Amino acid sequence: MTLTDLSLVDARDGLRARRFSARELVAAHVAAIEALNPRLNAFITVTAEAALAEADAADAALGRGEAGALTGIPLAIKDLFCTADVRTTAGSRILESFVPPYESTVTANLRRDGAVFVGKTNLDEFAMGSSNMTSAFGPVESPWKRAGANGVRDAARLVPGGSSGGSAAAVAARLALGATGTDTGGSIRQPASFSGIVGIKPSYGRCSRWGVVAFASSLDHPGPFARSVEDCAVLLGSMAGHDPRDSTSVDRIVPDYAAACRRGVRGLRIGVPREYRAEGMPAEIEALWQQGLTWLREAGAEIVEISLPHTKYGLATYYIVAPAEASSNLARYDGVRFGLRVPGEDLSDMYKRTRAAGFGTEVRRRILIGTYVLSAGYYDAYYLRAQKVRALILRDFTEAFAQVDALLTPTTPSAAFAHGENMDDPVKMWLNDVFTVPADLAGVPAMSVPAGLDADGLPLGLQVIGRLFDEETVFAVGAVIEQAAGFTALPSIRAGV
Amino acid sequence: MSLDPATVRRIASLARLHIEDGDVATLQTELNGILGWIEQLNEVDVEGVEPLTGAAQMALKMREDVVTDGGMAEAVLRNAPDRVGNFFTVPKVVE
Repeated sequence: MTLTDLSLVDARDGLRARRFSARELVAAHVAAIEALNPRLNAFITVTAEAALAEADAADAALGRGEAGALTGIPLAIKDLFCTADVRTTAGSRILESFVPPYESTVTANLRRDGAVFVGKTNLDEFAMGSSNMTSAFGPVESPWKRAGANGVRDAARLVPGGSSGGSAAAVAARLALGATGTDTGGSIRQPASFSGIVGIKPSYGRCSRWGVVAFASSLDHPGPFARSVEDCAVLLGSMAGHDPRDSTSVDRIVPDYAAACRRGVRGLRIGVPREYRAEGMPAEIEALWQQGLTWLREAGAEIVEISLPHTKYGLATYYIVAPAEASSNLARYDGVRFGLRVPGEDLSDMYKRTRAAGFGTEVRRRILIGTYVLSAGYYDAYYLRAQKVRALILRDFTEAFAQVDALLTPTTPSAAFAHGENMDDPVKMWLNDVFTVPADLAGVPAMSVPAGLDADGLPLGLQVIGRLFDEETVFAVGAVIEQAAGFTALPSIRAGV
Repeated sequence: MSLDPATVRRIASLARLHIEDGDVATLQTELNGILGWIEQLNEVDVEGVEPLTGAAQMALKMREDVVTDGGMAEAVLRNAPDRVGNFFTVPKVVE
């Protein structure tokens, strides 16, 4: 087995047993990035030299018997997390040359545990998108290909999902053993589903937002990607924890998520929300969902039909709340303190020209929507009403979790689509997030686990949603799905092929 | 509610986004499409429902009102597009 095919947990154990060095492990991933990134465009910035130096330091630590939870493990970091002295772009022209003087709490936690960062991954601009097509640094190509006629792979370039598309593609193509992402409307779970890997959005407040470029502060959730449920558990255990610098960070003990992966589901009650049977959902996704329920029943869980009556209003609620918060958060990009500056006739014109040149179409569109729904005379009709519907969506989950321990749903209403598809109408693209948005609005933890392939040979994920701060049950259910599914399909573009 | 061209210009100005005259019609169509889709929220009975401001279901924490950080002008100014000494610069605003 080549080093890039190892799971994170196996790589960690191999390093501790000195079967290979951190230098060898990191060098294998750096070589894979050099070979495949020109095609996939998964990384905006590659930090090969620093990664190799960190690997040598990891080997020294391992030699002294001072291994942390992630010592010597190569990870990819979404380019929304500020990394000290390493350019952080948020996928935007406006931050093209921004070099933060500080480190985000989540990446600092990963470094504390010994992780090595191989680079900063591509994303939709300011995390606004479901395809990675809105990045100012070009789209990411999914490492997966549709099966074509006569066993010849279809040449169409597919999207990896978004917004954390570069992270998902990097992990799927074996350019890193794990990655960080952020999920505001589905930006971890949808790309995980499209890319055949695991991704979890923990409860709101579990991972600090400090040093993460803000999109919609009441909805932004940092979380990990990896190729197994247990690998995600190890990463989340490192990323999570109380941070006094984020006033919404929760002061709770971080449980042993890896241990939770071995709990099983015997005696658990699993809810099936009837409103997730979306009209026009492909039959194969419905069939996979039923298969997932069967796996859980066979493992000893009880399946219970429940109702989340406000599900259909999730997206419209999201597209008021998220743009409103974004219009406020992105007001800081004014060409004065950091980022791009475009000269104008006067101060106001300088602001306007800087922002028009620095932001892409989707970001400008969302700023305009957000500004409108917050403006005098419209605030109550749009923003206040959306906040009330958001309360009802949370109430739906609270009532459901009085009856069941976790929910099982599809992650997405379709498999990955091709570059250029769903681009004609913004709302059409947004519909991708119909199953993922409600958990962001409610703040409850949710994971996507690869569970099968569609007729074209593309991955499909199932989503496990849990109670607030009960990631452990999500890991337990996810691990049972993973084991039953035995998902072994590989993307056609990957390291070592 | 439907946006007219003057409202599109006003919103862009509030958002400090320069728009070309030729873009107003396209933006108007796009924004009206989105706002029309959002109108579905009017179906929901929200009578007596308290608005939810965020997913953090906790009281915001209090802390001592003391300076805990600072004295790093170089780091703060490092990414400034233009500076004079330890100051950010802007185009002249007072004649």
